[in-house]
Amino acid sequence: MKGDRELILGRIAEALRVPAPRHHESHGNAAAGASVAFREWLPPVGEEKQDQVGLFARLSETLRTEFRECATAEEAASQIATLAQDGNWKCIALHSGKLIDAVAAKLPSTVTLLNVDQGYEKNALEACDAGFTECESLVAQTGSVCITNPSSGGRALSVLPPHHIVVATRAQMAPDLSAAYDRLAEKYPNGYPSFISFITGPSRTGDIERILVLGAHGPKRLTVLLLP
Amino acid sequence: MSTTTELPPGVQFQTDANRTTADEPRRAAVRKALGNYSTARGKTEKTFSSWQHAREAASEVKFEAVNHLDRYLREFEEKFTARGGKVFWASNGAQAREYILDLAREKGVKSIVKSKAMTGEEIHLNPALEKEGYEVIESDLGELIQQLMKEPPYHFVFPCMHLKREEIGELFQRELGSEPTTNPEELTMIARRFLRRHFANADMGISGGNFIVAETGMISITENEGNARLTAGLPKIHVALVGIEKVVPKLKDLALLLPMLATAGTGQHLTGYNTMYGGPRMPGENDGPEEFHVVLLDNHRTRLLADAEQRDALHCIRCGACLNVCPIFKNIGGHAYGTTYQGPIGSVITPHFRGLQDWKHLSGASSLCGACTEACPVKIDIHHHLLQNRRNAVAEKKVWWERLIWAGYVWLMKRRWAYLIAVRLAPLGQAIHPLVLGTELDPVRAWTATRDFPEAAPKSFHDWWRDRKAVRK
Repeated sequence: MKGDRELILGRIAEALRVPAPRHHESHGNAAAGASVAFREWLPPVGEEKQDQVGLFARLSETLRTEFRECATAEEAASQIATLAQDGNWKCIALHSGKLIDAVAAKLPSTVTLLNVDQGYEKNALEACDAGFTECESLVAQTGSVCITNPSSGGRALSVLPPHHIVVATRAQMAPDLSAAYDRLAEKYPNGYPSFISFITGPSRTGDIERILVLGAHGPKRLTVLLLP
Repeated sequence: MSTTTELPPGVQFQTDANRTTADEPRRAAVRKALGNYSTARGKTEKTFSSWQHAREAASEVKFEAVNHLDRYLREFEEKFTARGGKVFWASNGAQAREYILDLAREKGVKSIVKSKAMTGEEIHLNPALEKEGYEVIESDLGELIQQLMKEPPYHFVFPCMHLKREEIGELFQRELGSEPTTNPEELTMIARRFLRRHFANADMGISGGNFIVAETGMISITENEGNARLTAGLPKIHVALVGIEKVVPKLKDLALLLPMLATAGTGQHLTGYNTMYGGPRMPGENDGPEEFHVVLLDNHRTRLLADAEQRDALHCIRCGACLNVCPIFKNIGGHAYGTTYQGPIGSVITPHFRGLQDWKHLSGASSLCGACTEACPVKIDIHHHLLQNRRNAVAEKKVWWERLIWAGYVWLMKRRWAYLIAVRLAPLGQAIHPLVLGTELDPVRAWTATRDFPEAAPKSFHDWWRDRKAVRK
C-alpha cells in the first residue's frame, strides 16, 4: 500500500513558509540543527562517585528499588541466594556476561539457571522466578538502570519474570541521562542496539484511584547489586 | 457515564457538562486525585536547578523540531529504514487503519495486543480491527478498564481516574469473571494475569510513541507498567502509530524531555520505563519482533502547522499537566469534552483537527485563568490560543444575534438620552422579571438558571451624584 509521503511533506513545506512567532525570548541556542543546552537546569548531581552512589541509593528508596552495595561477587551471589531461599525460587533466567558469570558460578545448585543467549521459550522464561541481567549504566540523577539488548539479554529477560536483578559496577554509575547517552554513543559507534531502555524502579501503576501498585505488568521487584 | 455523541458537539458539550458538574461525589474524587498530583509534581519540580529554564530549553527543542518538521521526518525515515524498519505516511485515519489492516491480513495475524496510544483513539483503530474479526486487547491497566467499560478514556494520561475501586471490582467480576474484590493491588493482579495470557499469544503489538528521534531513527515510548515493553518485545510484528509532530532532532534531547514529561505528567523524576526502539530484531539479538512498522499520522496536523500563530500547539508532549490544573476540567471532567484530547490543549487543537465552527464552544469554556500555560513544560501559549480560536471563529462566521446585540449596545451607549431612559427602565424591568424567570421568555435565562440576577440600585449613579452635590451646597 502506498502512503502519502510526498503529499504530507508538501503540506509541511507549504505550512512552514510562514515563520512561527516566538512567544518568549530565545536563548540563542536554537540555531537550526544546533543542540540546546539544558544540563545545568536539571536536578543537581554531585561530582564525586560517592555522591552519585548516595543519590542513587536515596532515589532507590523512594522508588522501592532494592539497592545493595556488595564488596565481592561472592557477596552478590549470597544476596541472590537469600532472595532465592526466601522466595522458594526454582529457576533464574540470565544471560552470559563477565559479571553475571562470576556471580552465577557461586549460586547454590538448588536453583536451575536458564540462559537466554540463544533464544528462549516464552512460557519457560515467564515461569522463571527472576531475571538476572547486567546493564549499560546506572543513572544517579533519576535512579534508573539503562539496559540494551546486548548488555542485558534482550528485550524480555528484564520484564517478563516477576523479579529483576541487575548487577553493575561502580564504574557504570553515570551522573545523568546525558552521560548515559554519551556512554552508549561511545560503545556503539557503528549503530545502536534496537532496544534501549531506562528502567526506573519496579513496574508500577496508579490507574486505580491513583494508588500505587507495584508489578503491574513487569517485575514486582527490582534489585540492583553494585560491585566495586 | 457515556457521552451523548449523537448530538451536535456544542449541544453534547452543554448537556454532558451540566450532568457531570452535578455529580458532586465524582468531582470530589477527581479533585482529590489531582490534589495529590499537584503535591508530587511540586516536589519534583523543586529538585530541578531551574524548572523555568528547563521549560525554556524544552520549548526550544520542540520549536526547532516543529519548525523544520519536513527535514527531521526525512532524517528519521532514512535512519529508521536503514535499520530495517518500515515507514508508512498516512494523511488521515482511514489510510492508517487500512495500512494496519492490510498488514494484519497479509501476515495472518489473529490476536493483537495494544499499549496506550491516543492516536489509536483518534482514528478509532480498535473498532476497525474488531470489525474485521481481530481480537484487540488494551494492555495498559487504565485503558483495559476503559475498554471493558466500553467508554473512551477520561483523561489522556490517567484514563480511568474517574472510577472508584468498587466500580472496577464489579467490572472485572462481570467482564473477566474474577472473584469480588475492591483492593487496588488485587485488581491490578487480576489484570496482570488476564493480560499475560494475551501477551503470550498475540502476533501483533500496536503502540503509540512519545518521541520520534530523527538523529538515530528511533521511537521512544514512556510508560510505568511495562505493558508497552511486552507489546514491543513479544509479538512478531510491532506497529507504532505516531503523530508527525512527535519528532525531536537528537537522541540526547530526550535527556531533557523524558524528565520533563515525567515531572509534568505525574510528578515522577522519570517514568518507570522509557524505551527507545530503533528497528526490529537485529542480527545477533536474541529476541524482538521480526518487523517494526511506524505509521506517521498527519490527520490535519499540517492544518495546525499552517497556522503560524498557533503552531506551538504542536510542541505538546501530551503530559496532561494542563488538564490537571484546569478549573474547567476539574468541574466538568474528561468525557464532557467529547474529544480524543481533553482539557485546555484539546480545546486548542480539536478545532483545527475537526472543524472550528463545530468545536469553537470548547475555546469558550474557559475562564482564561492561564493555569494551563503556567503548567505546560514546553511553554505552549495555551490560553491565548483559546482566545485566538474565539476570534477566528467569529471572523470566519459572524453570529447574527451577537452582531445585533452589539449594534444595539453601541447605538445605546452613543446616545445619552437613550441610555438614561434605559437606566430608568431597569427597575421596572426587574419588577416584572419574576413573571418570566426561568421560562423561555426570560432573556437572561442562562444566567438565572444557576445564579441570582443582581438587583438594580434604587437610585442611578447620576441621580445620586446630583443629589449629593445639592446637599453640599
